[in-house]
Amino acid sequence: MQRIGVFICHCGTNIAATVDVKAVAEALSHEPGVVFSTDYQYMCSESGQTLMREAIREHKLTGVVVCSCSPRMHEATFRKAAEKEGLNPYMVEIANIREQVSWIHKDMKEATEKAVILGRAAIAKVHLNKPLKAGESPVTKRALVIGGGIAGIQTALDIAEAGFEVDIVEKEPTIGGKMAQIDKTFPTLDCAAYILTPKMVDVAQNEKIKIFSYSEVEAVKGFVGNFKVSIRKKARYVIEDKCTGCGLCTEKCPQKKVPNPFNMNLDTRRAIYIPFAQAVPKVAAIDADYCTMLKTGKCGVCSKICAAGAIDYQQKDEIVEREYGAIVAATGFNPLKPDKYNEYGYSTCPDVVTSLELERLMNAAGPTAGTLLRPSDKTHPHTLVFVQCVGSRCDAENEKGKPYCSKICCMYTAKHAMLIREKYPDTEVYVFYIDVRTPGKNFDEFYRRAVEQYGVHYIKGQVGKVVEENGKLKVQASDLLSGEQLHIDADMVVLATAVEPDKSARGIATMLTASMDTNDFFTEAHAKLRPVESPTAGIFLSGVCQGPKDIPETVSQASAAAAKVIGLLAKDKLTCNPCVANSDEMLCNGCSSCEKVCPYGAITYSDKEFRGPNRTTLIRRVASVNEAVCQGCGACTVACPSGAMDLKGFSNRQIMAEVDAICKM
Amino acid sequence: MQKMMEKRALELLGDGTVNRVLGWSAGDFIYDVTPAVFKTAEEVQDKFLYNDFCGANLSKYLVKESRKEGKILVFLKPCDTYSFNQLIAEHRIIRENIYAIGVECFGKADEEKLRAKGITGITGIEMKDGTYTVHTVYGDETVKAYEVMADRCLSCKSKKHVAYDELLGSEGEVVEDCNRFDMVEKLEAMTPDERYEFWRGELSRCIRCNACRNICPACTCEQCVFDNPNSGVSQKAAVNSFEENMFHIIRAFHVAGRCTDCGECSRVCPQHIPLHLLNRKFIKDVNTFYGEYQAGENPEAKPPLGKYEKNDIEPGEAGGAKA
Amino acid sequence: MQDVKEFRPKIVAFCCNWCSYAGADLAGSARLSYPADVKIIRVPCSCRVNPMFILRAFQRGADGVIMAGCHPGDCHYTSGNYFARRRMTLLFSMLDYLGIERERTRVEWISAAEGAKFSKTMNEFVDTITALGENKRLEDLRCKK
Repeated sequence: MQRIGVFICHCGTNIAATVDVKAVAEALSHEPGVVFSTDYQYMCSESGQTLMREAIREHKLTGVVVCSCSPRMHEATFRKAAEKEGLNPYMVEIANIREQVSWIHKDMKEATEKAVILGRAAIAKVHLNKPLKAGESPVTKRALVIGGGIAGIQTALDIAEAGFEVDIVEKEPTIGGKMAQIDKTFPTLDCAAYILTPKMVDVAQNEKIKIFSYSEVEAVKGFVGNFKVSIRKKARYVIEDKCTGCGLCTEKCPQKKVPNPFNMNLDTRRAIYIPFAQAVPKVAAIDADYCTMLKTGKCGVCSKICAAGAIDYQQKDEIVEREYGAIVAATGFNPLKPDKYNEYGYSTCPDVVTSLELERLMNAAGPTAGTLLRPSDKTHPHTLVFVQCVGSRCDAENEKGKPYCSKICCMYTAKHAMLIREKYPDTEVYVFYIDVRTPGKNFDEFYRRAVEQYGVHYIKGQVGKVVEENGKLKVQASDLLSGEQLHIDADMVVLATAVEPDKSARGIATMLTASMDTNDFFTEAHAKLRPVESPTAGIFLSGVCQGPKDIPETVSQASAAAAKVIGLLAKDKLTCNPCVANSDEMLCNGCSSCEKVCPYGAITYSDKEFRGPNRTTLIRRVASVNEAVCQGCGACTVACPSGAMDLKGFSNRQIMAEVDAICKM
Repeated sequence: MQKMMEKRALELLGDGTVNRVLGWSAGDFIYDVTPAVFKTAEEVQDKFLYNDFCGANLSKYLVKESRKEGKILVFLKPCDTYSFNQLIAEHRIIRENIYAIGVECFGKADEEKLRAKGITGITGIEMKDGTYTVHTVYGDETVKAYEVMADRCLSCKSKKHVAYDELLGSEGEVVEDCNRFDMVEKLEAMTPDERYEFWRGELSRCIRCNACRNICPACTCEQCVFDNPNSGVSQKAAVNSFEENMFHIIRAFHVAGRCTDCGECSRVCPQHIPLHLLNRKFIKDVNTFYGEYQAGENPEAKPPLGKYEKNDIEPGEAGGAKA
Repeated sequence: MQDVKEFRPKIVAFCCNWCSYAGADLAGSARLSYPADVKIIRVPCSCRVNPMFILRAFQRGADGVIMAGCHPGDCHYTSGNYFARRRMTLLFSMLDYLGIERERTRVEWISAAEGAKFSKTMNEFVDTITALGENKRLEDLRCKK
């Protein structure tokens, strides 16, 4: 019989206000095996833990039940405390009476009853708990960063700086991501390229960093410390090692009518291209959808002029297998395509552009060489209207947009307005907003400069309609403060479109078994305390893939993710989860049912000798579990008809004991 | 047929190919046939029997027998070969230690059905052209085969052997329209209340004798969970009325995707509970939800509960009452 | 005066540690209430839920059992919920075949981010079970009265 101690936490008033903690302690003290039962203000506090440790010592406890917050919060805390007192940490169970009781129930009597029942279930489980010992597994000292935008770049640089190898997998032919497309950055107005490209060069020159550009993650196997990843290097029809990046091919290619996504398709490029001048790696790629040679077999100009002999029309996708100890998701974002917003005329009027398109129209390397011109007639615009929150902060029912605030639009719009007014003082700039949000260092000062110094017209209100009429964009809007309807004849309209997670993120999350929220942003392990880790061990989050962020925030988070990765890679061994499957050889039939459902290939079979009746020996095929590989899902335990396969820490009998305790009322 | 089988058994014993023969022998009565292992030519000559009462599926006995010294000869009817294959797939029997002879089968007679027709004192039975000639102490009787054939044989799914080293008699075919799911469909068409009444009537007769489990070729666990005091579900003395329901549901679930539908469970039930209707429900559901699957047909095939499709039906959509 | 005791169902919820259990935590921190009749058992994955546990719950007097796991495709262990889905599909269909009310068993996929869905699902399920009343059938299958 176990000697069980029960501790009821008040959690200040979080639990105690709704649950009669004294009554719970009293009720549970009568449960079989319970030799000590008490309540305390904050069990997780230093003094709460001391209380528990003293009780373990004084009452020679063999098991502990803490009725407190979710085990996802403090199970580890209490287990560590017990371990310090010499009790096996897996002899501690938590009854969740905060999230599952006090926070959702109002009636004290009802809540107290439920708390007692959950306490009983935990006690019933502890009776069957056995001390567990965690095994160890090695750590592959290399990290993978998925995505080569500023987030991925910063994470990779920091990890490499600590002396570990890093691979970056980037689906585009160059790293740089969205930041490479941006003209200037708020609130300092320095050139994005000036601050980004040195970092890109650092990446290229760092011996510890290997870039898989124009590549995608194909499959992920394994677990923390031991991931095996298949990377698809897509055929770019250019031999990477040979190409010198001279760019001659991109000038001579006769196929000139290829939309240029780097410039938001506002101009064209050739079928063989280098995305932009500072691309890393500076290696050309052939767009197979447009290349005449690849489509018809007739052309071959690039091959003829390439002095390095780097063109290879026969190139095929290549799969590379690599091993990693940690994986960082830095999959970034895309601006929402506003084609569902017919009221703003984006699909029909060329002079209605998105903010990122405006970035290219203002960039010296952009389609207009930095002179702001209307896309339709290449004339200088005099009146510009900015529309905020296009697709952001929508009702949940509104399928066109997103419920969240995209966070960066207020600031970049202030930047755009300011830059335009500075460069073209003859312009009138209107910004229609719901709220102007400027939380950030020097952000509000920046916004006020736009209003006060540069005379940008900020109007609280929404734009109802944009129609093109005689070369003008008729903007209908309401001014919520004056209550007036406004009609503005604009030359250009700029939509501050919502950011949305990159489309590839969902598939990557599935491969990584990392969870996502309903908006396809990666979920963090704890919203406040573990913001750069995924709940899946060994998976870390960097940048906008976790939620909307500006560049400084992205870089801080990227470095934070790197710090977490470094902490992991610095370890030689990882402690495994001891709650793994275990096969009872006496019961095992060797039928292979368990093996078929094991996602990790952790189960193997061998023929073993057993004692039969009348001094005979019998040879039977039996399963055994590789505890370093098993992750403890339990699929095998249900596949096993004989009950030979069981899961430590969540055994059949433990769960049934909980069921019994809950149903017995 | 019996003569041919006996001859081959003696030959194989004689030339040392096998050292034992697994077959059937007569009990106190000719219809009271039991499986038996024969170790000598004399035993075979004395006791070996194959007639239209030899319904017992011999494959399960191989779990123990195939682990013994030397090769064993086994006679398998078509439906038995499915169980045989399934046991190979699950590594429960050692194929190298077995010499399997497939024997043709046109369906076995049900002694109780004969008795219901007033045919008693049976001393022998023969079938020709769909008619049984039954020898009794009171003289010969003839009866249409389908009138006295075991129910499971009336809905026989296959007369084709899926595994053997040697075949005696003719090879049959898989019976596509065996109508074996008729009764399941009939139950599905009932209202839940009617189904509940039906099963309450049936399962309330269970005496937990475990005959169904002991005969089942899919129930070959070294120790059954219901016999294991450490499993937490072993108590046989019913704690409450639920105990037997749990036993039958769990047993059916444990053999789901593995049951070959040989029908032995219902044959041996002393209370005549149609237990095969539980297994057939699972088989039918598997076929409907996950595509046709016949356990034992192909020992290489992945069992339906050992695989999945990303777009599998959701549990909430799989109401059994809907056709 | 009539002695009417309000029926309060016993409901067991098996929740995957990685998603629905976290969803329940989220429901808790957002104070999204659901009846106290629901008691949660934490399992590492929906594939850990043995049909035996569900029958055991009914045997010991539960009126409804719900299993909640990660959305198909999002299993923490890549494939656990796919296997669980097949198992529960077959088990629930069997219970239905035995004449046990289909509504007493339920599977729901609830992610860690879906606290609101967790609360809504549990509220609905309690309503359903309360309307069905006490679970008699599973217990009574044997004893013909």
